[in-house]
Amino acid sequence: MTAVVDLMDYAEVVERYDPVLGLEVHVELSTKTKMFCGCPNLFGGEPNTHVCPTCLGLPGALPVVNGRAVESAIRIGLALNCEIAEWCRFARKNYFYPDMPKNFQTSQYDEPIAFNGHLDVVLDDGEVVRVDIERAHMEEDTGKSLHVGGATGRIHGAEHSLLDYNRAGVPLIEIVTKPIVGMGERAPEVARAYVAALRDLLRAMDVSDVRMDQGSLRCDANVSLMPKGTSEFGTRTETKNVNSLRSVERAVRYEMTRQAAVLASGGTVTQETRHFQEADGSTSAGRTKETAEDYRYFPEPDLVPIAPSREWVEELRATIPELPWERRKRIQAEWNLTDEELRDLVNTGAADLVAATVDAGAEPGEARSWWVQYLTQQANTRDVELADLAITPVHVARVIELVKSGELTNKLAREVVQGVLAGEGEPDEVVANRGLKVVSDDSALLTAVDEALAAQPDVAEKIRGGKVQAAGAIVGAVMKATKGQADAKRVRELILERVGA
Amino acid sequence: MSNISRDEVAHLAKLARLAVTEKELDVFAGQLDQILDAVAKVGEVAADDIPPTSHAVPLTNVFRADEIRPSLSQEQALSGAPAAEEGRFRVPRILGEEQ
Ligand SMILES: [Zn+2]
Repeated sequence: MTAVVDLMDYAEVVERYDPVLGLEVHVELSTKTKMFCGCPNLFGGEPNTHVCPTCLGLPGALPVVNGRAVESAIRIGLALNCEIAEWCRFARKNYFYPDMPKNFQTSQYDEPIAFNGHLDVVLDDGEVVRVDIERAHMEEDTGKSLHVGGATGRIHGAEHSLLDYNRAGVPLIEIVTKPIVGMGERAPEVARAYVAALRDLLRAMDVSDVRMDQGSLRCDANVSLMPKGTSEFGTRTETKNVNSLRSVERAVRYEMTRQAAVLASGGTVTQETRHFQEADGSTSAGRTKETAEDYRYFPEPDLVPIAPSREWVEELRATIPELPWERRKRIQAEWNLTDEELRDLVNTGAADLVAATVDAGAEPGEARSWWVQYLTQQANTRDVELADLAITPVHVARVIELVKSGELTNKLAREVVQGVLAGEGEPDEVVANRGLKVVSDDSALLTAVDEALAAQPDVAEKIRGGKVQAAGAIVGAVMKATKGQADAKRVRELILERVGA
Repeated sequence: MSNISRDEVAHLAKLARLAVTEKELDVFAGQLDQILDAVAKVGEVAADDIPPTSHAVPLTNVFRADEIRPSLSQEQALSGAPAAEEGRFRVPRILGEEQ
């Protein structure tokens, strides 16, 4: 179904055009409840079990604002160096689409809670780019639709759709940048680095799960081009459905090459929503954008204004934890890292995770080795970001502790980590459920050693004759018999003891 | 005097998903004009020192604690739905737009 699309060679694109980016990031807050009702804010669940009259938009139901969500919104605004509104309101954004059972989305329009900020973003080579933030406002998430019929579960050709409103009403913060200009060929990289920096920031603040793969962090990328030497922005497209950091970069790059080809052939770019196709990194046309007027925004009559006192704002400012860039400066000094070493840690996404693992009690060298080697491999095999692995710094610190205390060997520790990654629970649960404790009971080991020696009398004879290195075969047999849960060094000692070598 | 055109009424009707006949377009254009004129009169008496008012009650910062309250059961949630399938609300196919 994909028609052949003309794309311009990237080098030519950046020679002839200046890209302009605008990034809209939606963040689902990790509050216990939804934005305007007490339904649980949980990912997944049986369909339509986290719903009530308010989030289903039933007649007569009234919304009440979640105070914790407002606090998070203000804290996010402060961390992004924004001004916090003295007074602001919610607004109704009216549109008919079945993912919104109320037929409007409660959002903020011309009075966002936070505005005029910036975020400093570090690129892979260490260059710092300041991205200006236009606004951060509060709104609610929509339900999820499932398209039935049609070949691929997509909307085209679908006969009907099925709606689950568990996600409808989940608190969302939409963070919008000012136009990002002057980035040239680095524009796609800047887009990715910005979303990564924002994700790290929000994770450090513990306000969201920031799981792009689960949709708790979503990016819409606005891209337009202007011919070199001009300063008037071109027509932009908004690419949605961009679900990983890598996709953010690919989507921006693709739109640049596509729009350049359209413009160079004398065509015009259509202002529209486009959908990112994960499979081939292309974008495809969606709906033509409504104008803001078509949404007929008006102040939400069921919710009174929010007027954060300056005292409250300062109290919230005091709760902002050490932010990623501050933490990086600190660990560089504490661990004696060169700029390059630190950058490698940051670029693999490991810096904050290692730091958090150290904060949880692990030794820095051990923490680094786990994240940079074994876990980075695991992330690569699974094609996810390091931070999106289903293991936390606290888990890793616990595994390191178990190895240090001799309860796990390195090999067993990796098995425990596999169990945690597979969703089997905390490290201690995995150890208990999989029965992974080191066999340190000598009597159990001796039985295994005796059996192995009896099974290979020729080897036993060799060892007895002084060929101590032959013990390796017996160690191997014992390790196999104990499913790798024995301490190999101790096994060797016991073998030598047993044969009297 | 405001002056709502037939085209504007047609556009609004489309946004509101209302089927409006050709004849009704003229009727509603006239009626909407009258309504807008009436609202404009309020603007005449509002002096510069009166801020625009969206809420009749002088309240701000009405918040709820972040505490879970019981939700409906799936059966209850779907009980008013014209059609349901697999625990979900079933709606006619959605045209012209992809989420
Ligand atoms: Zn609810």
